[in-house]
Amino acid sequence: MVSTYVNPVYAFKPSHDQTANPPTHYPVLIVGGGPTGLYCALDLAKQGIPSVVLDEDNTVSYGSRALCFSKRTLEILDRVGCGQAMVDKGVTWQLGKVFFHERQVYEFNLLPEDGHQRPAFINIQQYYPEEFLVNRIQDFPEIDLRWQSKVTQVKKIGELVEVSVTTPTGDYRMTCDYVLVADGANSPIRESLGLHSSGQIFNDTFLIADILMKADFPTERWFWFDPPFHPGQSVLLHKQPDGCWRIDFQLGPNADRQAWRDPEKVRPLVKAMLGDDIEFEFEWLSVYSFRCRRMDSFIHEDRILFVGDSAHQVSPFGARGANGALQSAENLIWKLARVLKQQAPAALLNTYDQERSQGADENILNSTRATDFITPKNRVTRLFRDTVLELAEQYPFARPLVNSGRLSLPCTYENSTLSTADAVTDKFPKTLRPGSSGKDAPIKALNTAHSAEPWLLPQLGDRFVLLVDGRALPTEALAQLEQVTDLEIVVIAEQITTNYTTLKDSAGLVAERYDLQPGTAYLIRPDQHVAARWRQIHVDKVLAAMQRALGKELV
Amino acid sequence: MSQLNLQANFSDADAFFAALADLHREGDERKSERINARLILLLANHIGDQAVLIEAMHIAAQVTTTDE
Repeated sequence: MVSTYVNPVYAFKPSHDQTANPPTHYPVLIVGGGPTGLYCALDLAKQGIPSVVLDEDNTVSYGSRALCFSKRTLEILDRVGCGQAMVDKGVTWQLGKVFFHERQVYEFNLLPEDGHQRPAFINIQQYYPEEFLVNRIQDFPEIDLRWQSKVTQVKKIGELVEVSVTTPTGDYRMTCDYVLVADGANSPIRESLGLHSSGQIFNDTFLIADILMKADFPTERWFWFDPPFHPGQSVLLHKQPDGCWRIDFQLGPNADRQAWRDPEKVRPLVKAMLGDDIEFEFEWLSVYSFRCRRMDSFIHEDRILFVGDSAHQVSPFGARGANGALQSAENLIWKLARVLKQQAPAALLNTYDQERSQGADENILNSTRATDFITPKNRVTRLFRDTVLELAEQYPFARPLVNSGRLSLPCTYENSTLSTADAVTDKFPKTLRPGSSGKDAPIKALNTAHSAEPWLLPQLGDRFVLLVDGRALPTEALAQLEQVTDLEIVVIAEQITTNYTTLKDSAGLVAERYDLQPGTAYLIRPDQHVAARWRQIHVDKVLAAMQRALGKELV
Repeated sequence: MSQLNLQANFSDADAFFAALADLHREGDERKSERINARLILLLANHIGDQAVLIEAMHIAAQVTTTDE
C-alpha cells in the first residue's frame, strides 16, 4: 500500500515529575493526546490554565478515522488558532448525490449561506488536525505534552485526583485538581474505574478503503443504496486531501473481517465501482462495526471528567464523532477554567454534563436514524426505504425522507439552566435564541484588541461579551458594566464613538442575523453561545444573566 | 379543486420515518400488512377529498420499480 502521509515521530522526554517527591500537583491533567485532549490543553492555556497532556503513543493518529469537519468545529478550532490550517489543507465540498440501483435519485447542495467565514464542511484526515494542534501547542509553554506516557490509573483521593503514568524510563505519579479523560471510545480509564458507556451495538460491518486515484473525480459526496456493483449494500465515496478518496462499503452482518483486509479481494469491488479504465492504489483498508453509546454521566466523583469519545460515541453516518467531541470539549473548558479561577462555583461543571448530554443524545438520535435508513432492520422497513428512494427521483415530497447521514449542526442548548429566557415583550425571533451558538457575519473591525479578521465570531469567545447595537448606547449602564470581570462590551456601530471594541456591520448581516434594533444587546458566553438578550440594557438584568450563566444560581 | 401535495411537507421527516420503522420493528409481516392497511385508511380519511385520493392512488400504481 502507498502512503501520502508520513506520521511525525515525537520524542519521549523524561520529566522532572518522574522523580518528584511528593508528586507534582497540577490544576489539570489530560489523559489522551487525540483531537479532544490536544484541543482541551490549548483552550485551557488560552484561559490561563496550565496542563499536562499524557499520550501513550509517539505520533498522531494512523490511517482512516474522522474525516468530515463541520463549520462549527472550524469555528471552535479558530479560537485556538488552528481553523485556517484546516481550511487550507482540507477539501471544501457542498454537493452530494444519492444513487439507488444504477440511477441518481436525488442531489443536494449544502450551498452555504453567504457571509460566513467558514464553509459548511471540509474533509480532512484526522491526523492533520492532530498535527496542527500539536504544532500550535509549541506556542504555549504552559502546556506540557508528554509522549509515550501511558496513564495506568486515575484515582480520587480526598479532594485530589492521583494519576499514575508508565513511561519508557519508569513509572510515576502526579496529582491534580481535575483530570480530563479523553482516551477514546474504548477508554481504558473508564473501564478501569468500572464505568460504562451504554447504548446500541449495530451488527453490520463496513469496509473502509482509502484509495489514490489519478482520475479527476468531482469533489462531491456520492452515496449509493443497493448499487449494481455491490448488491444489497450501501457505498459512500468522499474526497480527501492528497488525491485520496474514501470509500465506505457496507458488508452486511456476517462479513469475514480478515478476508476484507486483503487488497486483492477488495480490488475487483473498487474496479466494478469506478470502471475498468480508472487507475487507483490502496492507501488504507480496514473493517469496522460501530456503536452508538454514552456514559450516564460524563462526571465521575466530581473531579474525573470524561470528554469526547470516551463520554459519547456515535456511528460515522452524519459526521458527529469528532465534531461532537470538540463541541463537548469547548463546552467543558470555559466552565472548568472559571471554576479553577474561583469565578464560578463547582456546580457550573454539572451543566457540562447537562448541556452535552443533550448534544450527545441529539447526535446519537441522528446517527441512529441514518444507520437505520441505510441498514433496514427487516423486509417491511426495507420496502419503505426502497420506495422512498424510488419516489424521490420524481417527487420532491420523498426527498426529505432520504437519509444517508444528516450533517452535523451545532447543538442549541434548549432550556439550559445557564440561559436567561427572552422577555415576551422583546419579541425576538427564535432562529437564533438563548442556547444557540452565535452566528458569524462579515464586519469591519474599527477598534479591536482581538482579531483583525473581518468576521464577527473571532471577536467573540474566551470571555463573556455584551454585544450592543450602538445606535442607542446606554452610556451610564455600560460604564457600570465595563467594570465587571470577564465581561467585555463590543459595540456594533458605523463609527467609533467610545473606547469599546467597535465593529462596523459592513454587510448589514449582523443586524439581520441578530435582529438588532437600536439598543438591542446580547450576552454571549465564552463558547460563543447566546446566554441572554434584551431590547434595552438594564444593568441589573445583565448582571443577573451573567451570574446565571456562571452557574451561581445552582448553588 | 384541491390537488395532491407532492412538495416536501413533513414537519420532521426523520422522526416520521423512525416512527414508521418502529411500527414494523417486530418483523411479523402479516401483522405489518394489517398495520399498513389501517394506516392508509386512517390517512385517507384524514385527507377526505376524493380527487386527491384518486391522484395519490394513480401515482402509487404507476411509479415503476426496478424490481419488477
